[in-house]
Amino acid sequence: MSTTHTASGADRLRADDQAPKSSPSGGLKAVGGVAGWLDDRTGAAKPVGYLMKKVFPDHWSFMLGEVAMYSMIICLLSGTFLTFWFVPSAGQVVYDGSYLPLRGVTMSEAYRSTVDISFDIRGGLLIRQIHHWAALMFIVALSVHMLRVFFTGAFRKPREINWVIGTVLSMLSLIEGFAGYSLPDDLLSGTGLRAAEGFMRSVPVLGSYLSYFVFNGPFPGESIIPRLYSVHVLLLPAILVGLFTVHIGLVFIQKHTQYPGPGRTNDNVVGFPVMPVYAAKAGGFFFIVFGVVALISALVTINPIWAYGPYDPSPVTAGSQPDWYMGFADGALRLLPGWLEFTAFGFTFSFNVMIGAILLIPVMYGLMAAYPFLERWVTGDTREHHLLDRPRNNPTRTGLGVAALTMYGVLMFAAGNDIMAIKLHLSINDITHVLRAAFFVAPPIAFWVTKRICLSLQRKDRDLVLHGRETGRIVRTADGRFFEQHEPLDEFTRWTLVQHEAHEPLQLQSGTDEHGVASPTARKDKVRARLSRFYFDDRVEPASPADLAAAHHDGHGHESIESAPGPVESRPALETSRREPPQRP
Amino acid sequence: MSEHDAPRGEVRHTTSAGYGTTAVRLDQGHVQGSGRLPERFENPGLAPHVPRMADLDERAAKRAEKQVATLFGLSSLATIVFIVAYFAIDSKHTAFIPGIGEANLYNVVLGVLLAIALLGVGVGAVHWAKTLMPDTESVEMRHPQRASDADRERVVTNLTEGGTAAQLGRRPLIKFSLLGALALPPLALLLPLLGGLGPLPKDQLSRTMWKKGDRLVRDPERTPIRADQVTIGSVFHVLPESIKDSQHVLEDKAKAAVLLMRLDPEDIKPAKERDWGHDGIVAYSKICTHVGCPVGLYEQQTHHLLCPCHQSTFDVTQDCKVIFGPAKRPLPQLKITVDSEGYLVADAPFREAVGPSFWERGHA
Ligand code: HEM
Ligand code: FES
Repeated sequence: MSTTHTASGADRLRADDQAPKSSPSGGLKAVGGVAGWLDDRTGAAKPVGYLMKKVFPDHWSFMLGEVAMYSMIICLLSGTFLTFWFVPSAGQVVYDGSYLPLRGVTMSEAYRSTVDISFDIRGGLLIRQIHHWAALMFIVALSVHMLRVFFTGAFRKPREINWVIGTVLSMLSLIEGFAGYSLPDDLLSGTGLRAAEGFMRSVPVLGSYLSYFVFNGPFPGESIIPRLYSVHVLLLPAILVGLFTVHIGLVFIQKHTQYPGPGRTNDNVVGFPVMPVYAAKAGGFFFIVFGVVALISALVTINPIWAYGPYDPSPVTAGSQPDWYMGFADGALRLLPGWLEFTAFGFTFSFNVMIGAILLIPVMYGLMAAYPFLERWVTGDTREHHLLDRPRNNPTRTGLGVAALTMYGVLMFAAGNDIMAIKLHLSINDITHVLRAAFFVAPPIAFWVTKRICLSLQRKDRDLVLHGRETGRIVRTADGRFFEQHEPLDEFTRWTLVQHEAHEPLQLQSGTDEHGVASPTARKDKVRARLSRFYFDDRVEPASPADLAAAHHDGHGHESIESAPGPVESRPALETSRREPPQRP
Repeated sequence: MSEHDAPRGEVRHTTSAGYGTTAVRLDQGHVQGSGRLPERFENPGLAPHVPRMADLDERAAKRAEKQVATLFGLSSLATIVFIVAYFAIDSKHTAFIPGIGEANLYNVVLGVLLAIALLGVGVGAVHWAKTLMPDTESVEMRHPQRASDADRERVVTNLTEGGTAAQLGRRPLIKFSLLGALALPPLALLLPLLGGLGPLPKDQLSRTMWKKGDRLVRDPERTPIRADQVTIGSVFHVLPESIKDSQHVLEDKAKAAVLLMRLDPEDIKPAKERDWGHDGIVAYSKICTHVGCPVGLYEQQTHHLLCPCHQSTFDVTQDCKVIFGPAKRPLPQLKITVDSEGYLVADAPFREAVGPSFWERGHA
């Protein structure tokens, strides 16, 4: 919509061009000739003026995406710095730099240049640390941002496209991170590549070809470092930046969602204008994120590759562990049992590797990308949503989210099964068996518990509206009874607790027409109705004015100990009555 | 699907009231009330604005101004000290820093100063926005995301008219040949890319450097090993002696690395394992059959080999069969013997492919 604005704005500026040079406004003069000069040539004043007054809602959780964006920018800046010194080559050299323990060791140029950046380029170590910490922060921030978007339902229409773009961004950033981690060619990263080569081989039919194509021959070869380099500094950053630009552009066009609250509706945005408030807050926030990354980089060493030594296929790295964001895949590989590999017709099927290393990530992101469409189908809700859900108000979605997180958490834990075994003095076999079971058992439990918690929180909201806030004042009535005085909520506080709608399960219309002929979509409709019941059967209606009046009536404004209203058991029965045949055009 | 033409079997959505706003839309039919009370609470509108200290008290505002300026000043100061430190401190200097331990002093000082310089600007700007910039909320209206019907119509019309004007419909020959002309040329770019990426693996994954008579040498010393040097309980990291002539040391090592252990022959259960070894000395590929990490840990008491990557555990007394973990296959054994001078040598190449599985490994 801002595009139409832009176009008509530019047109109008040209149409009624009143020779502005002869009478520049005071404001333009103040900003300086440059702005006027630019506008003379572009007509940008109108759209820029519009953008400056654009309103953004304020909430701490909206800063998560910002943190991701800023850490990405920090990565781009520090990465550019690194490219000036890093040599992406597997060519072997003998080290003669200033780090004594490595003198005389044969290593690749990639490794040597990374050691040089760490010891011989002034400030180089700081930039390396900033680059690595910012990358970790980027992936943390975008993951938490994604959780925010999920649990508040911000992915609903019209924002499904941005959700899908987000999942792609997230997946690509994992690959980008892995590519970067592999570049220094130290013992750890080389071992990571060794495993990656094993992953590729597990692909049916094509595995060995894939490995030879990627590594340009046998592992490790001389090509993988330069190839990963161009992927890491050119290909993926270009895609990430491009997709991100679309992502943020859509946020502007669609306007940001907001949390429900007094004065906030589905048709407005309540917040602060870009000029000056957001410019200062968001601009300032960039420096804060950068400052925090710099501080961590100054104080906490990350990836001290000089301590690991150059890559060599035979020495062993005890406790080799990937960066955190690859932990879940590593954990999956540890949990998958060996019997998933078998031979049939003389060919080897390595599902023990392929499921965790090749399928897991695309399947996970595929499911994530599909979720908004699934939910939309189940709810049959085609409206635009600009007011966020409080997570408790959609207990099933929240439960599903927590179940998925639990699954992820189990895999993450599994990646540390050896460390846990040592720290806790447990047998690694036992830990692995328990985690294998937990992968299947824990998510349903997490789902159930979360859903119950959401429903109780809703009930608590309802109670609060109906009976007010406990004041802690105990009052004695004339006839000697005691009760605690309650203070009714003011209407602004109350609104947040009552504004939502409790979804009801979809009602299945007749599955047969009046001739008793089954509708062609009957089966699909049944699945849909069942899913809808799964989503919305248990629900708590938000308190209504009538409920409040009733509560006042029998409670006299105070709380006598009474049971909370349970979930409303008002599921509409499946409607099976016959209907008129529809009039199709 | 809009509400008016729901086909049969359509699942219908029921909502209790208007959404996000409490105005009752009369075109939605009846609204069930309860007595004279509305069915839902009404949005009360924005809560009254609570002014901040700095809005009411010029002294508080002045204080905020000073705080912001101090933060900005601190930032500039930190940058200046950064520049001094950049030249003044020896970049090799390490120092003990409480809470961190031994660290590169240069890195710590530069990083902390950079952090102060950045945080000064950032915190200052945010503080400025929070204390002095307007904090009354503005309201902007939203409009439905979709364009007007007329606009949508126009796009469709323009498209069809464009197609008609180009005579797309009337000239199928052009249409279909165009499709082909657009679809095929990318192949001309893709093919050289794919074709140039790498050679075909042929049988290389199934072969290593080991051949009959190749001496076992220590890695990395590359000294040959005499059988009597291998005492019970010891474990050696081993390469073939021919690695010294290798043109591709890393690639060859990645396949040929071997572990050599000596067990009490009594402990060795399978006869094949004993036969392929020499007097309780056995050699196994070091490359994990899971995804290829070098198998690292040897437990002398249990004779277990443990891979550090995903904890696959191989039992050396049972021909390195997997007893735990995600690997499926045992580590391949290298058949060894001793030469005339008493040095350990390979008696045959590996009989099967070493390392991670792949589709056609059974055909090696
Ligand atoms: C490169 C990584 C990413 C960056 C830099 C980024 C940045 C941002 C920013 C700055 C916003 C606006 C502020 C906010 O709501 O926090 C935003 C909104 C959004 N992001 Fe992301 N994001 C990234 C990844 C993701 C991922 C992984 C997802 C989900 C799978 C996602 C989904 C969304 C959606 C749906 C919105 C609109 C939310 C709304 O308006 O409430 N983004 N993103
Ligand atoms: S590589 Fe050895 S267990 Fe995975």
